[in-house]
Order: sequence, then structure tokens, then C-alpha cells
Amino acid sequence: MRFDTPVFRPMGDRSLLVEIGEKISADVNRRVQELMLRLQQANLPGVRELAPSYRSLLVVFDPLTIAPEKLKAAITDVAARPGGSELPQAKLITVPVFYGGDYGPDLEWVAGHLGISTEEVIWLHTETVYRVYMIGFTPGYPYMGELPAALAVPRRSTPRTRVPKGSVGMAQRQTGIYPVESPGGWQIIGWTPIELFDPKRQMPSLLEMGDRVKFESVRQVGI
Amino acid sequence: MAGVNTFEVLSPGIMSSVQDLGRFGYARYGVAASGALDGFAVRVGNLLVGNDENAAVVETTLMGLRIKLLRDAVVAVTGGDLQVRKGSEPLPMWRSQLVREGETIVFSGPARGFRSYLAVAGGIQVAAVLGSRSTNLASGFGGFEGRALRKGDILAAEPVKDFMRYADRAFSPEAVPTYSAPWRLRIVWGPQDDQFSEEGRQTFVTAAFSVSPDSDRTGIRLRGPLVARKPGLEESIISEGILSGAIQVPGDGQPIIILGETASGGYRKIATVISADLPLLGQITPGDEVSFEAVSMDAAVQALLEMEDKIETFKRSL
Repeated sequence: MRFDTPVFRPMGDRSLLVEIGEKISADVNRRVQELMLRLQQANLPGVRELAPSYRSLLVVFDPLTIAPEKLKAAITDVAARPGGSELPQAKLITVPVFYGGDYGPDLEWVAGHLGISTEEVIWLHTETVYRVYMIGFTPGYPYMGELPAALAVPRRSTPRTRVPKGSVGMAQRQTGIYPVESPGGWQIIGWTPIELFDPKRQMPSLLEMGDRVKFESVRQVGI
Repeated sequence: MAGVNTFEVLSPGIMSSVQDLGRFGYARYGVAASGALDGFAVRVGNLLVGNDENAAVVETTLMGLRIKLLRDAVVAVTGGDLQVRKGSEPLPMWRSQLVREGETIVFSGPARGFRSYLAVAGGIQVAAVLGSRSTNLASGFGGFEGRALRKGDILAAEPVKDFMRYADRAFSPEAVPTYSAPWRLRIVWGPQDDQFSEEGRQTFVTAAFSVSPDSDRTGIRLRGPLVARKPGLEESIISEGILSGAIQVPGDGQPIIILGETASGGYRKIATVISADLPLLGQITPGDEVSFEAVSMDAAVQALLEMEDKIETFKRSL
């Protein structure tokens, strides 16, 4: 699952994809986070951006400041330093969700597909504490996992062109929240009023990689 | 510092927005770089009018932008040739010039290229958001009120003392990029070229693709022969970071060149356009023909050096 040493895949002449493992796992993802923090501290010349994801870190750099081969060597060196880095304290955020109805137009379909009741879907979705694996797709969009195996569903066969802001979606073993209206292919089971992204804040994203999220069902008092 | 009202948008044309060279450092929060798609044109335009290379400019697409000057100002138009006029006379491109209060700048339609840039001495004044003045269209922040320009918008510029000294400066015509189809874009393979079949890779570098009309600032969608992945592989991959120039191939085998509005993606990238050719991506027009030429990493870096040399030579000449 996890590679012994990072695997480098160049993405053009100005970025390197540094792969830590092959599959989605919390262990691999923590390693990605750790490498990002180490590189942040190392402050290598010419590095412009560190973009972590499930199992890799994209390092964007200026090739006229640091040659790709030199950067690879420097990253390998930083990754191999002994001792674990202190990962920052993960936040635990509770997200209130209105499940079903107009808020979650795919809840019925999901329940039908899984052969369970909508109440069971809600119960399963709210029972787990999820890890934020990465923020991507649109600003502030958290990719969270893993959903209980009993909740694994495929993406919608036809993606929606407009998914409302605040929609809570799921696909395969992942769940996420749409911070702005956007196209989207995940099954929408609910909606939250929580603000995930505010560019005016110093830390614009409510969530970051490594945070923990728990969903909470809001009892609907009429609509 | 208070800006001075300088431009009134009489018509925004097909699509115009305020951009600088992009927003960096926030990809970890899903924030794409945005920014002008032809960064070379923006750098030259800003240098012509005495600005920092990264000052905010107006990017306009294809045709129809009409701007009225609310005061005398020194401006430069660079990038694609959209037959820009000042009133009824042609406005020379790639040079700075004085435009008088009350005069109108009109982008009438494409002769060559797809996007033009209007730089003004002092730079368009909008607040920097997360370190950049570029418009993030998907999330609606940055640039002018976080959106594309509309009729009636008033754009301010930073006041500049003695701005007349920046008038009548020209960029060497030999150094102006050639913006014409068929486009031959240089790429380096990867990051996932090994997950395409040998035939798929061959198709990619030998075929002529045509640019689909549904291309926009998020990506240039190509149509052509199928670029096949290796048998047995799923359509998508685990989402990962991405940046402009990466060429992803979804399940239908039709490549998409990613532009500046995407921070992550879940499809394989067969190749990535080299930095020196990125500015051209802003000028590729629906219907154009595109093909790819694989080069080595060293050749890519060399080409970037040559582009930077052009800018350096120009700076020294000012």
C-alpha cells in the first residue's frame, strides 16, 4: 500500500507529483500530510506550491530556480529524515445536515440501491467520524472518508450541471460537501447551512487535510 | 490608495474579466491559480505601460468588449489580435499609447488568437484576495466583484505621476509570439503516460485534434481519434493535484488541456504542455487544429529560458 520511498512523476517541467502510496488509506494520507509539513519547513528555493491529495503531493516549482533533478534529490532527502513530524492537532467539526426531501434528492435512490431504509442511510452516515483526506475540486470542498462499506454507492450515471451550495454528497467510500454551486456527480443526500469557504479569512477553508468531521441529522420542523 | 476611475465598460463582449498572473499558495484549500491565460502577453503589456509584470489587466475573449476612457490614460493592448480600434481607427498592438478621456476602445473580432489583454499605467485597482487580483469565476471572488465584467462597470486604476513618459514604447515585432493554427504544442510525457497503451501514446503525438466549442477557461476540449488507456484500467484515478497545461484523458479517450481554473482532478494525464508554450493555450480558438510534439525535460527548460530572455531583453530596452 505504502511505497518504501516516494515515487516521482513529473507533471510538466514545473511540477512533480510525489506519490506516497497506491490506494486510499489514512496511513498513506498522513504520510502525505507529513511530507507537506516537512517541505514547508524546509522552505526549498523555487518551490511555489504544495498541493496534497489522497496519496500524493503535487510540488509546483520554478525550474529556472531549481532543476527538477535537484528538487527530486532534495525531496527524497527531506522525506528520509528520521523521526516523525508532529502533525498539527486535527480539528473536530460537527456538521448539521438536513437529510432527504428537496435537501437530499438522491437519498431515496441511495436507500433503494442499498436495500435499506432512508433512516438507516442517515444513521450510517452520521455514525462515523470521517477524516478529511484532501480539499479540492472547488475551493473548500472536503473529500472525506471512509464511508461504511454498507453505504458504498456509485456516482450518478449523469452528473448534475448544478448542485446547490451546501449539498452533502457521497460516492463510493467517500463523502463531501459542495461549498459553492457547481456541477457534480455525487449522490446528494442532504444539505448543510455551514460556510465551508470564505476568501476574506486568513485561513479561507473551514476544513483542511487531516481534520475530523461528524455529521449530525437536524430534525426538520416542517419545510 | 484610492484609485482613479479610468474605464467604463460599455459592453463586456463575450467574456471579459480582471486578471493578473495568478493566485499561488492556496491549492491545498482547493483554490486554483486562475490568472491570465496568456501570461506572456500580460507581462509585456504591463512592462510597456510601466507597471509591475503582475499588475491587474482586463482579459477579453473573442470580440465585443467596448471600453470608454473616463480620463486620459496610457494603455497597451497585447495578446491575440482581436482587431482593436480606438474609435474608428486601428489601435496598434504591443505598444503603449495615450488614449484621451471620452475615447472608446473596441475589440471588433478575431484576426488571430482568442484573448486580448488591456493594460493601463498604474494597473487596474481591485483588492487582492488571497494574494492575487485574478478573478476566481467558479467561487466568485477576486478580480472585479468576483465575476466577469458587465455593462456599466467602472474600473479604477492606481494613479501614476507623469504617466505620459510611458507612452509610445514598443515591444519588438520579432519577439511577438505567432498566434496561428494549426497549433503544435510541445509536451513532456507524464505523469501517467505509462498507463496508456503504446497505440494510445502514438495516437496522441501523431493525430491532429480539433478544438471543441465547449472549451472555456477551465479547459481546452479536443476531439479526435481515441487516446486509449491500457486495457483493464478503470476510467478514473484517485483525485490528485493538477495544474494548467496538464492534459487529462477521461474515459471517452478525448484529451482535455487543463487551464487555470482547476486545482484537482480524477483522470489520467498523458502529458503536460511545457511552460514556454503555456501562453499559447490562451490563444487557441474553438475549431482550431492542435497537435503535440514530445520534447525532453532539458529542451523544455531551455525553451523557458529563451522566453525569459525575451522578457529580460525587453526590460533592459526600456
